[in-house]
Amino acid sequence: MWDYTPIVKDHFLNPRNVGEIPNADAIGEVGSLACGDALKLYLKLDDNKDKIVDAKFQTFGCASAIASSSALTEMVKGKTLDEALAVSNQDIADFLGGLPEEKMHCSVMGQEALEVAIFKYRGIEMPQHDSEHDHGPAYPDYEGEIVCKCFGITDAFLKKVIETNSLTTAEQVTNFTKAGGACGGCIPKIKDLIAQVLGEAAAQTRVRPEKLSNMKKMQLIQEVLERDIRPLLWADGGDLELIDIDGAKVQVAFRKACAGCASSGNTARMVEAKLRDLVAEDIVVEEVSA
Amino acid sequence: MKEIYLDNNATTKVDEAVFEEMRPYFCELYGNPSSMHFFGGQVQSKVNEARGRVAELLGASPDEIIFTACGTESDNAAIRSALEVFPDRRHIITSRVEHPAVLTQCRNLRQKGYRVTEIGVDGAGRLDLEELKTAIDDDTAIVSLMWANNETGVIFPVEEAAKIAKSKGALFHSDAVQAIGKIPINMAASHIDMLSLSGHKLHAPKGIGVLYLRKGTPFRPLLVGGHQEKSRRAGTENAAAIIALGKACQLAGQHMEAENTVVKAMRDRLQDALMSAIPHARINGGGAERLPNTTSIAFEFVEGEAILLLLSEFGICASSGSACTSGSLEPSHVLRAMGVPFTCAHGSIRFSLSRYTTEAEIDTVIRELPPIIARLRQMSPFGREHLQGKA
Repeated sequence: MWDYTPIVKDHFLNPRNVGEIPNADAIGEVGSLACGDALKLYLKLDDNKDKIVDAKFQTFGCASAIASSSALTEMVKGKTLDEALAVSNQDIADFLGGLPEEKMHCSVMGQEALEVAIFKYRGIEMPQHDSEHDHGPAYPDYEGEIVCKCFGITDAFLKKVIETNSLTTAEQVTNFTKAGGACGGCIPKIKDLIAQVLGEAAAQTRVRPEKLSNMKKMQLIQEVLERDIRPLLWADGGDLELIDIDGAKVQVAFRKACAGCASSGNTARMVEAKLRDLVAEDIVVEEVSA
Repeated sequence: MKEIYLDNNATTKVDEAVFEEMRPYFCELYGNPSSMHFFGGQVQSKVNEARGRVAELLGASPDEIIFTACGTESDNAAIRSALEVFPDRRHIITSRVEHPAVLTQCRNLRQKGYRVTEIGVDGAGRLDLEELKTAIDDDTAIVSLMWANNETGVIFPVEEAAKIAKSKGALFHSDAVQAIGKIPINMAASHIDMLSLSGHKLHAPKGIGVLYLRKGTPFRPLLVGGHQEKSRRAGTENAAAIIALGKACQLAGQHMEAENTVVKAMRDRLQDALMSAIPHARINGGGAERLPNTTSIAFEFVEGEAILLLLSEFGICASSGSACTSGSLEPSHVLRAMGVPFTCAHGSIRFSLSRYTTEAEIDTVIRELPPIIARLRQMSPFGREHLQGKA
């Protein structure tokens, strides 16, 4: 049995704002019968067309999907459209006192319906993609190329969720979006996307210092390993540990999936290149089996 | 809140008589059945008695009974053994609707280079024997097909399938975990070589299983390192649980007729009442021969976990073929193999009864479930045009 919080249970058993708004200003629809959950969100705006005065929902899905929809409608009432757009899926989960990680995709569905409703109302283009997925896209208003064919989930959507929730493993991505949760065929692609997002984040801070004291260099090496390198390895189920720094020589040991991996030599070279790039040109990485 | 337990295909209540039978073998008669002294010896004779009782329920002889830790172990042992005794045969046949204890193992073996054929089923969950005849060849080491499906209760023609397997010299194994104790089985008149059984599905405790191994069938043990079970399953006997299972099998034999009359009548009343009270519903496997205690009903436009949790508010325990309950994201592989449309696969609920089920409990479900489905459909964005004025 899922470990739902009392707030989730309350919003499931006594959902707020169920139903339709006949002349709604904005409607957001995500999910499908085939996917196993779907949400249709209705928003009514005030006379200035700025503030949300009423919100209602119709949801097909599990207890946490219903609770997330109910929470969402309660959260956005009284907010301006801009304030509503700032609501994240984590905010929905927090409002409910937390969701089991496997159910985070329910909060993502809520946030997405909200975004789709507001973007559509504002006439912001969310072009439909064209693809041959199995049973319809879960987020039809999100552009990009379909990555997960089973659930119809695009790369653009996945990158957004990976980024906003700082996800580092394919399993987390599945929990948050369902992508990869059925046939699993797209998991390598999901790992690539994680690496891309992490790489982009790292690239933004890429400045190699001119001259470094030994102490500063050691600090920076540790920082780069933590911030830029280990997350990349985590995405593939691997890890590394810093064993020693002796001048320009950096000794690391590979852990988890990286330990004993045939391509750990390549991984060591990748680590070296990254450290040379971000710390100092003369760095040599040595793999030790400590 | 008193539970209304209609999830007996998941696990069952330990019968009080079964518990009494095993109780002395923890704190008082705790000897090791393999010991030479009288203290172990008296446990040994009770274990032998239990072996005889299990054999009797199966129509087998006592030395064909190997005690294991669970149905999953029995399934694993059977398939592994067949591959070891036929090292030159590299093909395995199973079905798409097997329990993961069989299916996952077969798929792992496929990764290791074995050829695996998964036979399909029709819309009612019936096995396609023609597909089996086409798939089997001289390379087939083992055919493993379940006796009855855990989700739908659909019964497979395992005897026919076993004959087909034997015609090519392959071994035949059946995961009979759901069938034993619910329908009569007679191994004396059977072609099946190996059969798995699990104690906790027939009112014995968890942690005890059986692998039936037909006399003369070549076998290689999964667990080695002890002479127990004639060296076919090493490890100190779980004496108390074995003794419990013996008693449970004896009782199952006595209740067999009631299972197929009284329990079946309650199951039929439940599904008939629900089908007439709730539009847009279908019985999964309704057109096939099924176990007397099981019914799986698909309700369109609603999701199974939500149904289960609302039922749970009334103390009603059932299970679902829905994705959300299991932590996986797709509806059950069984329903998908049957081609149950996605529109209702997510809303499938399984009720599995037992000899402890009462008419009053069935009444409660018949009273409480229709408003739950109506309430969730009211909330759902789908099916409104279909359901107007109905649900």
